[in-house]
Amino acid sequence: MHFTIRINGKAHEVEADPQMPLLWVLRDLLDLKGTKFGCGKSFCGACTVHSNGVPIRSCVTPVSSVGSAAITTIEGVGATPLGKAVQNAWLAVDVVQCGYCQAGQIMSASALLAKTPKPSDMDIDKAMSGNICRCATYTRIRAAIKQAAGMSTADSRDTFT
Amino acid sequence: MIRAGHAARVSGESRRAFLRASVAVGGGLLLDFSLPGVLGARENSAEAGSTLNAFVQISNDGTVTITSKNPEIGQGIKTMLPMLIAEELDVDWAGVRIEQALSDPARYGVQFAGGSRATPLNWEPLRRVGAAARQMLISAAAQVWSVPVSECDTESGKVVHTPTKRRLSYGRLASKAAMLAAPDLTQVTLKDPKNFKIIGKSCAGTDSPLVVTGKPLFGIDVTVPGMLYAVFVKSPVFGGTVISANLDTVKAQAGVRDAFIVSGGAVFNGLGNGVAIVGANWWLVDQARESLQVAWDEGATAAQSSTGFARQAVEFSTQAPGVKLAADGDVARALGASAKKLEAAYSYPFLSHATLEPQNCTAHFHDGKVEIWAPTQNPDAGRKIVAKTLGLTDADITIHMIRCGGGFGRRLMNDYMVEAAWISKQAGAPIKLLWNRQDDVQHDFYRPAGFHFFKAGLDSAGKLQAFSDHFVSFGENGKAAPSADMSANEFPAKFVANLELGISFMPLGVPTGPLRAPGSNGLAFVFQSFIDEIAHAADQDPLQYRIDLLGERRQVGAFDTGRMIDVLALVRDKSGWTRRKPPKGSGMGVAFYYSHLGYFAEVVHATVAAGGKITVDKVWVASDVGSQIINPTGAENQVQGAALDGIGEALGQAITLENGRVAQSNFNDFLLLRMNQAPPVEVHFLKTEHPPTGLGEPALPPVLPALCNALFAATGVRIRSLPIDPQLFV
Repeated sequence: MHFTIRINGKAHEVEADPQMPLLWVLRDLLDLKGTKFGCGKSFCGACTVHSNGVPIRSCVTPVSSVGSAAITTIEGVGATPLGKAVQNAWLAVDVVQCGYCQAGQIMSASALLAKTPKPSDMDIDKAMSGNICRCATYTRIRAAIKQAAGMSTADSRDTFT
Repeated sequence: MIRAGHAARVSGESRRAFLRASVAVGGGLLLDFSLPGVLGARENSAEAGSTLNAFVQISNDGTVTITSKNPEIGQGIKTMLPMLIAEELDVDWAGVRIEQALSDPARYGVQFAGGSRATPLNWEPLRRVGAAARQMLISAAAQVWSVPVSECDTESGKVVHTPTKRRLSYGRLASKAAMLAAPDLTQVTLKDPKNFKIIGKSCAGTDSPLVVTGKPLFGIDVTVPGMLYAVFVKSPVFGGTVISANLDTVKAQAGVRDAFIVSGGAVFNGLGNGVAIVGANWWLVDQARESLQVAWDEGATAAQSSTGFARQAVEFSTQAPGVKLAADGDVARALGASAKKLEAAYSYPFLSHATLEPQNCTAHFHDGKVEIWAPTQNPDAGRKIVAKTLGLTDADITIHMIRCGGGFGRRLMNDYMVEAAWISKQAGAPIKLLWNRQDDVQHDFYRPAGFHFFKAGLDSAGKLQAFSDHFVSFGENGKAAPSADMSANEFPAKFVANLELGISFMPLGVPTGPLRAPGSNGLAFVFQSFIDEIAHAADQDPLQYRIDLLGERRQVGAFDTGRMIDVLALVRDKSGWTRRKPPKGSGMGVAFYYSHLGYFAEVVHATVAAGGKITVDKVWVASDVGSQIINPTGAENQVQGAALDGIGEALGQAITLENGRVAQSNFNDFLLLRMNQAPPVEVHFLKTEHPPTGLGEPALPPVLPALCNALFAATGVRIRSLPIDPQLFV
């Protein structure tokens, strides 16, 4: 079937099975390789993109359900000052180990900050626990979110002085 | 796009410079430098720049390119190894370009990611490589100026003639330097560490700007022209073979170009048995599996199960161990004379590596050669398997080492590499093989489960007088399955007068292999937990009891008790072990472990709520990995990640076998640690006068027992089996 989908502000024409997940449309039909395949069942968050600003798991999103929604991927998230700030914070904090999950982490983090500009540690737990980091860079992901928000990077849960 | 034809930048044999560093038997480092640096025609093109040795290239505009030789799996090696070279080359780090090497051991020496070995193996050799290139640049400048080399020095990418303050940039000198004979690597002068400008300063990950903007970097992102996609369906029972399959039905599915049976061998780390499906769209090819029906010959392993192993282990425990590892003194007599006796059975499960990037590989077989783009930790071992399986020579196989979305030991095996090469040959096209998550969870080389049956005896003063462990593990014919062994020196061996360590083997039939801190990741849990039981039975402080058990500062084999005592003292201080009084329901636990040449002591503070819910509140890590932390930001990240990895294993992970197949299939039943479970991890490095050692692994083992010991302190419930069952606290 033919679909017109809006990705990172641009319309793309694709021929695809209606059930084909957006993840694979992005990766293999449109050559946008930044969005990652981890589990195929929405358990790990590696495939997170924004649909009208809301984080979704593209691995369980059939292309036919996308409609006219504005999709933003890791390749486009840096176009907004907030997305750019999140990417820059990730670099400044030196979050990355293997890096495979980080596109999904950045997408979840930027969606969190768009809704909650000054998140608490509990807000971060809630928004980010769907994104697995196998290298467990969670300490730095938490710090980078706060840094992007212009907050102190101290962990409020750490009461051990 | 990661493109084909990332050719070696150096073409002429005459420009080759060789360096080898190999591991001597017994773990010592053997340095064998040879850098022939043949004089004569060195063709240095303007765009490629001038090649000073296998690792260093300088273009006429002064751009310095350093080749990173080892696979990047997230341990930060593509940043850290070039730092060593750049330091001695004396260039500005900010201007250095870093390139990933091809797999070419003749040129680069051993290239692998495993065993936390990169630091001890490369700390000195790669600094010598940088120093040798610097020396060539100095010699070139001295020739230009007709001055003695001894009057020249360097400063950030320039050679300086000290008496006249004349300067020449490396870019201006590079083509001349490349014509010179390379110096003897053993004779070059290394910097005094106090003059380091790059080593010891935090350098952010070199590929991170590409990661955060979603550029294609990983194996799964590789695209080559004309590429098709493949899945490979293997028997759910390990070692099963194909009797027949409905290939015609599968070939008729949308998007499928071809489907065929692969008859591999019985070796797990090689070409397996199954059905390959090939097509132009991976998702469609993966969907086509639903139409596939295979009659499998499941073989003998179909009778194996985790519950069966647990039952057998208990039976084994009533007999003498099959193999005696250590027998000091007289354990039976000492136990009989003990004022207090302890007995405990411990166990831990199989674990999967669960790299977040599923196994994949892109291969192009054509004209009797194969080009491979592989996320692998061990490329040359893969080359050997591919050569043997496809009847090729090593020279017929080009391997591009692509950044790995996690390794943890899984990618030391190259089963997916040989599968991709074979399928490409059969399909007559370049193919990208990609496993789905279920394939990945169910076809791993698992951390073997283990069962330990301990006894201990204390005298009236609480001193440990007798200790024994009967380890029921996996193996056949008196030989342990991969990563299922135990050393005769496992602590407290050599620290207790009467001690027996023995091991018995159950046949397995399931692939096992190294998982981050192999061996140690299970052994630390059981030994450091049982030692905690002993300390409590002695009614002594568990941290001080360990220090007392270590005794005098001395060398015991490769193990330096003083270094471990010092990190225990450091973690006691940093965690507030002595002064802190955890509230009701909370507790602190300690453990230490020596692995991969690193000394680690860790304290965990944990809380158990009324319903049994566990919160890990904080982890303190104290470590001694020698004189120099090469890249502090990377080092801290590795230690935090390793500690949290261990917490994740303890809290939720188990692979169980039922009828010879793995019961788990994805992250809903194989549970990785998540943000809301991850405590703060405070990391301390004690710098000592020992050569620097690696950090990928050694922080992991002690955190599991430290957590379990904290839970005991909090609740009085002793965790003797992993993963931790919260029901025990209810």
